[in-house]
Amino acid sequence: MTIQQAATEELLAVRTSHVPAPLTERDDQLAEKAFRAICVLAIMLPLLLLVVLFGGALVEALPRLSWDFITGYPSRRPETAGILPALVGSACLMLLTAVLAIPVGLGAAIYLEEYARPGRITSLIELNISNLAGVPSIIYGLLGLEIFVRVLGLGRSLIAGAATLSLLLLPMVIMTSREALRTVPVSMREACFALGADRWQTLRRVVLPMCVPGVLTGVILSLARAIGETAPLITIGALTYVAFLPEGLDSPFTALPIQIFNWVSRPQPGFHVDAAAGIIVLLLLMLVMNGLAIWLRKRLQRRVYW
Amino acid sequence: MGAASIKASLEAPRALSERVIARTLQACGWVSVLTTAGIVGVLLFEALGFFREVSVWSFLTETSWTPLFAEKHFGVWPLLAGTLLTTAIAIAVALPLGLLAAIYLAELAPRRVATLVKPVLELLAGVPTVVYGYFALTMVTPVLQQIIPGLAGFSALSAGVVMGIMILPIIASLSEDAITAVPSSLREGAYALGGTKLGAVFRVVLPSASSGIIAALILGVSRAIGETMIVAIAAGQQPRLTVDPREGVQTMTAYIVQVSLGDTPTGTLEYRTIFAIGLTLFLVTLMLNAVSHRLRQRILKGGAM
Repeated sequence: MTIQQAATEELLAVRTSHVPAPLTERDDQLAEKAFRAICVLAIMLPLLLLVVLFGGALVEALPRLSWDFITGYPSRRPETAGILPALVGSACLMLLTAVLAIPVGLGAAIYLEEYARPGRITSLIELNISNLAGVPSIIYGLLGLEIFVRVLGLGRSLIAGAATLSLLLLPMVIMTSREALRTVPVSMREACFALGADRWQTLRRVVLPMCVPGVLTGVILSLARAIGETAPLITIGALTYVAFLPEGLDSPFTALPIQIFNWVSRPQPGFHVDAAAGIIVLLLLMLVMNGLAIWLRKRLQRRVYW
Repeated sequence: MGAASIKASLEAPRALSERVIARTLQACGWVSVLTTAGIVGVLLFEALGFFREVSVWSFLTETSWTPLFAEKHFGVWPLLAGTLLTTAIAIAVALPLGLLAAIYLAELAPRRVATLVKPVLELLAGVPTVVYGYFALTMVTPVLQQIIPGLAGFSALSAGVVMGIMILPIIASLSEDAITAVPSSLREGAYALGGTKLGAVFRVVLPSASSGIIAALILGVSRAIGETMIVAIAAGQQPRLTVDPREGVQTMTAYIVQVSLGDTPTGTLEYRTIFAIGLTLFLVTLMLNAVSHRLRQRILKGGAM
């Protein structure tokens, strides 16, 4: 053997002794299976946790859930506490919020979809809407506190709360209404124009009736979200211990999530049971509202053939 | 299509009623601009009143926050630390779980599983935060107290973990959008070069989707920073400058709740503190949302990395 051959052989021996065994296909498949398992675990963990937590709340709440609970008033003793002022307060609040938010939200959506030309003003409005969607809800509470409660002098009233919530919901109502307006085909509008209608007639008689299911669905979904909002209402001064039903637009009020918050914040465990019962009522309400929205969408949707 | 071409101009319509209606609708559009102006105006107005009495320097550098005590200090750091600590814990929970969920749903899951799991994950985001707060205080804290000795009844850890579960759907769904937005040509290229599925995911798809994932992360952070009820119920009401998650802390949002629940008269310095804190909160979330928006715009425009 020549010196070169010997040297090459020695070199090769050194090199190959440090080369790791190549990964087989089995290793790859094993790694993929393991990773899949980790991912499934990652998804199941929060879901299982939520099931456990909700189950725990349901079990906690069962002894307290009764007709007396739903029709009673809060009291110093947890066993006799009821949720009626909170339920009525939330219901009134949702009604008022809808009355305030729907016209403005739908109007803005119609403006953006039907009237506005692409330009700086339109971009400014759209930028504002998407910004507002990301503002923390407590900031809306501060806005409502200063403007509605103080400057406009509405006080800590139902109407101030409804106005604040309607501002909070506005981005969502505008976005869902725009989606609903977009589902109406352009050919419908063009047909109306061809028949000599002006823009408002087109909207009033053809476009708006066609997108009512979409708009309604969006509104109900927004209200389902609003019914759980606590922070802005606390900031504008919704009371946490209310033993009366709201009497008018300017009366102080409480709401379901605020009552729950009040009960959770108390040290006695009896009130925690009340809070759990309140949570079950709230979640049931939200479930009903979401179900209503989905049912409405299915029921009122008419296919457009053209 | 021709939708833009048939949008009427606001100057040309014939009837007066048409013009009036058009202007009314335009006014509705302006409400959103007015709302933003209102928020900025209100926060600035009251915060400026606050800063006339308390210097910005002491606000930003003092380490004690006791505006409601006899001896008043107005350093924002305890509240900021509380917010950052709970947010960090929330992200530590939500990022790994959310990212793994996103990868699974986008790349590995069979179609039927994905269509079933996605709306269920969205459910997590729809739960009212006061309910999460209840869970944190009455169920998570006792369990954690068994595992971790020295955990206080109110702790940043308990609130942070539950907050993480709350923001998990945000990170999961936005990351999943980012991953599915990666063009299949890149994946197929990786397979063509002999890569495995995992190799393609980790070496090609994820780096390509990184800006979208970062945008999702930033949005999750913004949501966690603005969260109020979970921390107000479970994290405590004691402003404490600490990085120990076992202790109770007060976040910026929880402080605003604390003052609102009390009977601070309007127009006083104490009243103005909530606006100064509100301004800080607003600026931070605005910045984060803007960065996240920019990142997502860049992706939409050119699939940038």
